[in-house]
Amino acid sequence: MYNFSALTQSIHQYLSEAMSPLGAKITEMAIIGLVLIAFVALSVMGLVYIERKVAAFFQLRVGPNRVGKWGLLQTLADFLKLLMKEHIMARNADKFLFNLAPFLIVTAAFLAIGAVPFGLGLQAFDINIGVFYISAVSSIGVLGILIGGWAGNNKYSLIGALRSGAQVISYEISAILSLLTIVVLAGDLQLSAIIESQRDGWWVFKGHIPVLISFVIFLIAGTAETNRGPFDMAEAESELTAGFHTEYSGIKFAMFFLAEYVNLFIIAAVGATVFLGGWMPLHIGHWQAFNHIMDYIPSIVWFFLKTGGIIGIIMWFKWTFPRLRIDQLLVLEWKYLLPINLVNLLVVAFITLMGWHF
Amino acid sequence: MTEETLTKEGLKTQEYFVNMGPQHPSTHGVLRLMLELDGEIIKKVIPHIGYVHRSIEKMCEKDSYRQIVHITDRMDYLSNHMNNEAVCLLVENALEIEVSDRVKVIRTIMSELTRLSSHQLWWGVMGMDLGALTTFLYGFRDREMINDIFEETCGARLTMNYNTPGGLMFDIHPNFQRRVKEFVAHFKTKLPEYDALLSDNVIFRNRTEGIGVLSKEDAISFGVTGPTGRASGFSNDIRKHKPYSAYDRVEFKEILMETGDTFSRYKARILEMWESLSIIEQLIDNIPEGEIQSPAVKAVIKLPKGEFYQSVETARGELGVYVVSDGTKNPYRVKFRSPGFSNLFVLNHLAQGYKIADLVAMMSTIDLVIPDIDR
Amino acid sequence: MDRENLQKIIATWGNEAEFSPAPVPANEETGTKAISGTQFLEVTIKPEHLLTYANKLRNEPELQFDFMFNHTCVDFPEHFMVVNHLRSTRHGHEVVLKVKLEDKETPQLETLSHIWRTAEYLEREVFDLFGIQYQNHPDLRRILLTDDWEGYPLRKNYEDPVNMISL
Repeated sequence: MYNFSALTQSIHQYLSEAMSPLGAKITEMAIIGLVLIAFVALSVMGLVYIERKVAAFFQLRVGPNRVGKWGLLQTLADFLKLLMKEHIMARNADKFLFNLAPFLIVTAAFLAIGAVPFGLGLQAFDINIGVFYISAVSSIGVLGILIGGWAGNNKYSLIGALRSGAQVISYEISAILSLLTIVVLAGDLQLSAIIESQRDGWWVFKGHIPVLISFVIFLIAGTAETNRGPFDMAEAESELTAGFHTEYSGIKFAMFFLAEYVNLFIIAAVGATVFLGGWMPLHIGHWQAFNHIMDYIPSIVWFFLKTGGIIGIIMWFKWTFPRLRIDQLLVLEWKYLLPINLVNLLVVAFITLMGWHF
Repeated sequence: MTEETLTKEGLKTQEYFVNMGPQHPSTHGVLRLMLELDGEIIKKVIPHIGYVHRSIEKMCEKDSYRQIVHITDRMDYLSNHMNNEAVCLLVENALEIEVSDRVKVIRTIMSELTRLSSHQLWWGVMGMDLGALTTFLYGFRDREMINDIFEETCGARLTMNYNTPGGLMFDIHPNFQRRVKEFVAHFKTKLPEYDALLSDNVIFRNRTEGIGVLSKEDAISFGVTGPTGRASGFSNDIRKHKPYSAYDRVEFKEILMETGDTFSRYKARILEMWESLSIIEQLIDNIPEGEIQSPAVKAVIKLPKGEFYQSVETARGELGVYVVSDGTKNPYRVKFRSPGFSNLFVLNHLAQGYKIADLVAMMSTIDLVIPDIDR
Repeated sequence: MDRENLQKIIATWGNEAEFSPAPVPANEETGTKAISGTQFLEVTIKPEHLLTYANKLRNEPELQFDFMFNHTCVDFPEHFMVVNHLRSTRHGHEVVLKVKLEDKETPQLETLSHIWRTAEYLEREVFDLFGIQYQNHPDLRRILLTDDWEGYPLRKNYEDPVNMISL
């Protein structure tokens, strides 16, 4: 299996020889930043295209097929259009906050994506509290939504923002608690360690039913946290026209759009990493031959396959289910998911203590 | 603004207004609802209508009876055929002309196809209002087949003008019977799919059951007709109570529900689609021979002096045409009792105490068509 | 209940009401001519009797006209005729309650919105288009036209040189 740290090490070595340690560090950070920005831009365009095609598939349509081959350049064209649009602001909008919100929400998304392990040795920084870090920074995003909804001076966006605030704060609890079950099983918060603990099988297979439950809850909570249907309370186009970004136009709207898809990617990536072994190939216990064959598939392919699978499921949700009402949404979280999750966590802790997992 | 109230903790809360519309995704046209909200809970709904008011009634006073038929298409454009039929029936009844059986049966089949297409669109939009975006195109897929049938026979897909006083514009297309049968067979397999997508969905059930309950007394008092009223148990099906065209020779049930909540209004329409299919099935093989235009109707129609009222059951309820004639070729006064007008104003009564999301669901099940309300 | 009995019951309330004749087909044996008659039984009353009649029509147990399916107005050269189409959902019979408004300058009428709730909005429409002032109406505003519209378009003498095309 190819280890990307060989590549990164060689770059590091080359830079260290060429300049001072501080200069090398700064250059490396710049490279990583640029690579991530490029990756985000490309992956969001890809995701938007995929989403449109998936939606078209569900809805008996063809989807984009005019701009470029199979409509591949459609998202680029849309992005260019958004880039050139006029910035419109309501008269009594809070100018500073109105402009701040899109940046906040994008920053949160970028902070989180830095800690995602894309492949073996391909992780920008492997912090030892990785799970905690990702949950923490991704919750900054809701601030962007709240500020954006407030600053636009529009009642629809205010309602959308308040809904979103209540929703994200509630569902973050569930998302984190379901991640905690794996943290308990793996005994570590570091993402690389969690992946390493799945060398002999993914947690979703090893952890019996409790882990399956927490995986399902994670999918629900993750969908809710990214404000996607059937939990798109914050937008709820048939109720609130466009929810918290009603007043945004042009590139600022594009940023919200971008952040939505980055968040989708992060949620799917975290789910894939924690529950499905991240870049770890499909290994089954002591079947050495099988495991070796699986190792021939590059780690980055595994990661994107799993992430793509989860993204697919989340898109499937969106294009199938009606939207919940805000009170039903909160009831689902506080009365069902949270108690189930707490009990589940206890059960997993017990399983771990007794060593019953594989 | 409204008065401020103090909560238990001594915090000030204030009710506020939100203008829903005239441009809003779920008002399905240029309807403006002024919502008085307490947080997200609705205190009052004040509908403002008239954005597409074209004064059709005044226009009719200048038009001959043949011309009026064409204007009615533009009111409830989803029940276009029934609207035409109402005026034609009124003229025929006033002149005491009996149209041939062939005309009656074809009119009935066309009406039921129109009803189906209207309900299909409603179903798609209802799903979309509740956030299930896919249903819209499922509804349109099936509606497309009906529109193709219309196009073949009438030459138009939406404003068909197929009825004329005394008969029909043209005879049916040779393919008509085959394609209608194909459609019925197709749609019978697709209607259960509608149920699977929305009716049996747990989120959908939670969003609709027990929401916006309209009692039978209120339905009658507010004049809520059509499936909306029948969901509350208000028996108002004109097809049953005052049969016109060929409705007296087919068997169908008047769908009556009891609860009157959003879900029963939804269910009433779904069941009504099954009834429409059954009506079409009973008639499609037995279209009698006969003339399609009665020779008794002259080119210039003059109604006898007097007042005439004719109601038909459109997809939304009772459409009434009230004509005061002074014996000339133009009517003295025409009034359209549009079902949407009465149905709309029950919203304030229904929505109080519910949330915005529920209002959207109720609005969907009342099935508003704005040009029908504004006329 | 058939038309004759309806007329009998309503006639017992007083002699203010005028009734329309029922249609009679021509009889060749006796040589009587056909009477065109009216489609529904039409009860024409003066505005001051409206509330009594409306209340009785709504509440008499054998009548129970609980569904107002149409309410409109006709502008005749000499008077306004306010027309209420009523139906009983229990008994299935129908009646037309007509009110003759002789005053063409300031037509006034009692509201029926507390008896039939749908009347509130139908009356607003008639107010909007004909200018009939309904007394005690809870919310008498223009409904279809803009608030600053001048005149009442459905009156026969209404002229709008900008928006109307006269043929």
